Amino acid sequence: MSRILATARSEFLIALRNRWVSIAVAMMVVFSLVLSAAGSAPTGALGADRLSVTVASLTSLAVYLVPLVALLMSFDGVAGEVERGTLPLLLTYPLSRAELLTGKLFAHVAVLTFAVAAGYGSAALSAIATDSAALAGTPALWRLFWTSILLGAAFLCLGYALSALAQRPSGAAGLAIGLWLAMIVLYDLGLLAAIVADGGGWFTTELFPWLLIGNPADAFRLYNLAASEATAAAAGIGGAANAIPPMHALVSMLAWPVLALGAAVLIFRRITP
Amino acid sequence: MMQTLTLSRLTKRYRDTEALRDVSLDVAPGERVALLGHNGAGKSTLMKIILGLISFDSGEVQVLGAAPGSGPARAGVAYLPESVAFHPALTGLEQIRHYLRLRGEPARLASELLARVGLADAGRRRIGTYSKGMRQRVGLAQALIGHPRLLVLDEPTSGLDPVSRRDFYALLDGLAAEGASVLLSSHALTEVEARTDRLVILSQGRLVTQGSLSDLRRQADLPIMLHVTPRTGASGRLAEALPQGRMNGTALHMSCGQDEKLATLSRIAGLGEIVSDVDVTPPSLEDIYSHFSRRDGQ
Ligand SMILES: Nc1ncnc2c1ncn2[C@@H]1O[C@H](COP(=O)(O)OP(=O)(O)OP(=O)(O)O)[C@@H](O)[C@H]1O
Ligand SMILES: [Mg+2]
Repeated sequence: MSRILATARSEFLIALRNRWVSIAVAMMVVFSLVLSAAGSAPTGALGADRLSVTVASLTSLAVYLVPLVALLMSFDGVAGEVERGTLPLLLTYPLSRAELLTGKLFAHVAVLTFAVAAGYGSAALSAIATDSAALAGTPALWRLFWTSILLGAAFLCLGYALSALAQRPSGAAGLAIGLWLAMIVLYDLGLLAAIVADGGGWFTTELFPWLLIGNPADAFRLYNLAASEATAAAAGIGGAANAIPPMHALVSMLAWPVLALGAAVLIFRRITP
Repeated sequence: MMQTLTLSRLTKRYRDTEALRDVSLDVAPGERVALLGHNGAGKSTLMKIILGLISFDSGEVQVLGAAPGSGPARAGVAYLPESVAFHPALTGLEQIRHYLRLRGEPARLASELLARVGLADAGRRRIGTYSKGMRQRVGLAQALIGHPRLLVLDEPTSGLDPVSRRDFYALLDGLAAEGASVLLSSHALTEVEARTDRLVILSQGRLVTQGSLSDLRRQADLPIMLHVTPRTGASGRLAEALPQGRMNGTALHMSCGQDEKLATLSRIAGLGEIVSDVDVTPPSLEDIYSHFSRRDGQ
């Protein structure tokens, strides 16, 4: 454990020096504020408080932004050590490869936590400032916060796996962008196309819900929307959300970081320094 | 007494090259061993195998009585890689603190370690701003952490200035006196010869010989060079008296085997007044080294 913490400490210092902390925080704050300002119009029509509506908008934002920030921080994780030539020395220390990756994960999760807290916090403050009933949305905000960290952890670990697979930062960056496009953008489009083609058949009723929670980003969206009627209505995919128990989505979100970290360690073990 | 390091019949093949072949080597506690050999002889490969960084094809390796790369081996072995690198965003102190924590040592020892390698003033600057020699010293500092029982140093003095080299070997003497074994590779023959207990010469992945310099000198049995200076006007007679020699300007050059040395010298002494001086040049370190380290076709 002390070796994991030592690694986390140095990695956090490096993230601070490389401006990753400030970049991540700035990105989250700017996008959150822009979104909460843009989403302030339809409050009365839905009969929900201002903060719950903000949370709904933030959920859609987080699905795109949190995996992106996580992948940006992690794609260099293994490939960067290989490229700099720091890996051979590090691996002669009494430090296992799993410990090394876990240490990096701790540090990057900490950075992500700062960024998410700053972003959501500023959006929440602006909602509460203009609507006294907004405090009713606090549980939804809290849920969004910790599920965002889980989502980020999943994509951090996926980033390490890609980094170990590519062994070069440029290749790892390409793979990371590809993964983001495939899992965040194309996956949903593909499912939508399949539903349209299927026309309410077996695919739509049986397979589709599983495919939806199988993707950590969709599981994240489902879990947050299912937990709140108002936000589900705001996001417009309440139908799909209702078909799947939120517990399943939660299990998927918890399993992804663990499985992805395991995969990253296995791939990392195959690298000869 | 248990050997710190035992290699027996170690063989390592890369896809098309045989990097090491049947290498057997023991290193005792407190012994300083220098690994010499041409570029590509297999020195770095041998070291990486000892550290458990790469696998080998056949043979046996025991490091501190354990398998290379295992827990006990890692805990007792320090390594300085050939071209050591660190994260440029960290300062020297932060980097050494990190390594101290990984070895379970208190982080406050970092400034003391940097002072030992002469980096006390630069510790707060980022490693990205360091010169090559300064990075090499950070590498040395991390190899001193936690009293290692075996230090594996791949070209430790490359990039160091002459004074730092002397300080480095003084540091090694101290470590060896405390019982640590040192295996280092180098291309600087003179410094290695004076400051280590044993030379090991690798050539094309094979261990061609090992021993102290005088052992190797005896084994190589290279001829001794003699330079005989005649008295003025006697060079013609000297050339007649020593027909195996070659007259070159002012002196006569000739060589003789180790075992003929005394006989030859007494013959020259017997020539009397036509000889004004004799210089005897034993084979140089470079001569002995290249005798053993010849590559095919050379
Ligand atoms: N990863 C690798 N893949 C294939 N061949 C390799 C690899 N690493 C080393 N070799 C080969 O193994 C041989 C030994 O290389 P090694 O690095 O051990 O030499 P060295 O004695 O350290 O040389 P130098 O004095 O230049 O540092 C060389 O022929 C080299 O080309
Ligand atoms: Mg080498």
